[in-house]
Amino acid sequence: MTERVPILRIGEVLVVSIQFDLEDQTVLHLQEDLAEQIVARSARGVIIDITALEIVDSFVGRMLATIADVSRMLDARTVVVGMRPAVAITLVELGLSLGGVDTALDLEKGLARLRRPARSADRV
Amino acid sequence: MVKRDVAADLVALLSAEGRDVAAEWAQRASGPLAGRMSLLALERELRELYTALVEALRQGAADVHAEQMSEVRALLTELSRSRARQGFTPTETAVSILSLKRVLEPVLQEGSVEEAGSYFRLGLLLDDLSMFTIEAYTQTREELIIVQAEQLMELSTPVVKLWEGVIAVPLVGTLDSARTQVVMEKLLQALVDTGSEQAIIDITGVPAIDTQVAQHLLKTIVAVRLMGAECTVSGIRPQIAQTIVALGIEFGDIQTKATLADALQLALRKSGVDMVEHAGGHR
Amino acid sequence: MTAPWSAGEEQQLLPVARSSDVVQVRQMIRTLAQQCRLSLVDQTKFITAASELARNTLVYGGGGTVRAGAVEKGVRRGVAAVFADEGPGIADVELAMTDGWTSGGGLGLGLSGTRRLVDEFDLVTEVGAGTTVTIIKWAR
Repeated sequence: MTERVPILRIGEVLVVSIQFDLEDQTVLHLQEDLAEQIVARSARGVIIDITALEIVDSFVGRMLATIADVSRMLDARTVVVGMRPAVAITLVELGLSLGGVDTALDLEKGLARLRRPARSADRV
Repeated sequence: MVKRDVAADLVALLSAEGRDVAAEWAQRASGPLAGRMSLLALERELRELYTALVEALRQGAADVHAEQMSEVRALLTELSRSRARQGFTPTETAVSILSLKRVLEPVLQEGSVEEAGSYFRLGLLLDDLSMFTIEAYTQTREELIIVQAEQLMELSTPVVKLWEGVIAVPLVGTLDSARTQVVMEKLLQALVDTGSEQAIIDITGVPAIDTQVAQHLLKTIVAVRLMGAECTVSGIRPQIAQTIVALGIEFGDIQTKATLADALQLALRKSGVDMVEHAGGHR
Repeated sequence: MTAPWSAGEEQQLLPVARSSDVVQVRQMIRTLAQQCRLSLVDQTKFITAASELARNTLVYGGGGTVRAGAVEKGVRRGVAAVFADEGPGIADVELAMTDGWTSGGGLGLGLSGTRRLVDEFDLVTEVGAGTTVTIIKWAR
């Protein structure tokens, strides 16, 4: 049995804080669990906190993109928060730009982002 | 493989009776250095080396890489390092070692056939030692260059906070991939440290832009976005704008502004700060 | 460049047989990268590259091994890792190294993306006999 990542709820927002190096199977579980929880709890937003993650490889990157896509279809917005500088540099070099994923510097700014209208609309 | 007795012959050659070989060596070596190093310091250095070399041979050292030669190698490394730091050329450094050959040269005329043979073998050994010196010298120089390049890079990429939530990097000079790496790291770390959601890269001081440089800039901007901040490029001079278009580089939805002031104004507006012209300004 | 090690350097060997082994590989590589004093960014790049290759070894190679350790070349020190499997091999290496190409499931940046994360990348493959990928990152 692999570990599962706990999903917390704050109001209409689901918060996932990834605290350990994820096995691929755990990543897939998280993806499924989140989709279920968005519907079950009528969530309008999802925050995935990756502050503790030392690396994000293409597998985890793909999970983040998929969660963003799936939650969008379920009428919820996803914000990935706390990506470390070294991780961002590595993802860019790897060729993953996570185009459809909204990001914020930390949890607080992520919550604030969810309270504002979608990011594409506030481009000046 | 040099046999033990051969090594002993070399020791005999080096400890020529009635002569202070080390002193003569220093004398001979001082010529090419043209007074840029005191004879006293040179003699101290070479005497130490001489003693170590004789000792190594006495213990049966076969070549420059022999275990018994470790002291000699350490001294040579030290000598090369100090020469490299003081700005001596590789030739001037190697000559210090090779001049020992000249000191012992009279053996060829006055000595026996066996002594001439020993001289020849010692010559080979000294060649190897001087080669080792050159390598150590080059290594020191390389290290110096790396350190200087790093310092230069650090100096040339400051990240400044312009406003609460707004940081900027004014880029000056050529942007290559090593430099971009440093800029990227410093900028991203500054986003975390200051909690800024707006970053400005000002390229007023960048002389030219090619496909590669544009790629580097794009990567930095994508990384800034991944962290959850926005990035504006400012200071794009007319001819750089023309180059970018001519090269067909896709700047996509990247926010660009002509001047740093414009970029700051935009960044402030995005972070919810309104700039209002004060009545006093019209006086 | 099948064996990047010179004499006297010790390597660690790990199997890549299950999904949980990929996590083990990441941890081993992280420890090595820290010991070899790679910068934080270089550590991250190297661990990420190792993670990608370990998963390739598992998924496409049907399992294999990772051998990793410190390497030296002149003044430079670094860390190397060799991923070996006895799987089906890669028929068209050039195609596999193209950005955007993948044989299944991925985002199509597997090998070419991984190559950009490291200083040296060497791929030896033979159809029906397996694949060996060697990567090195030098400390700056």
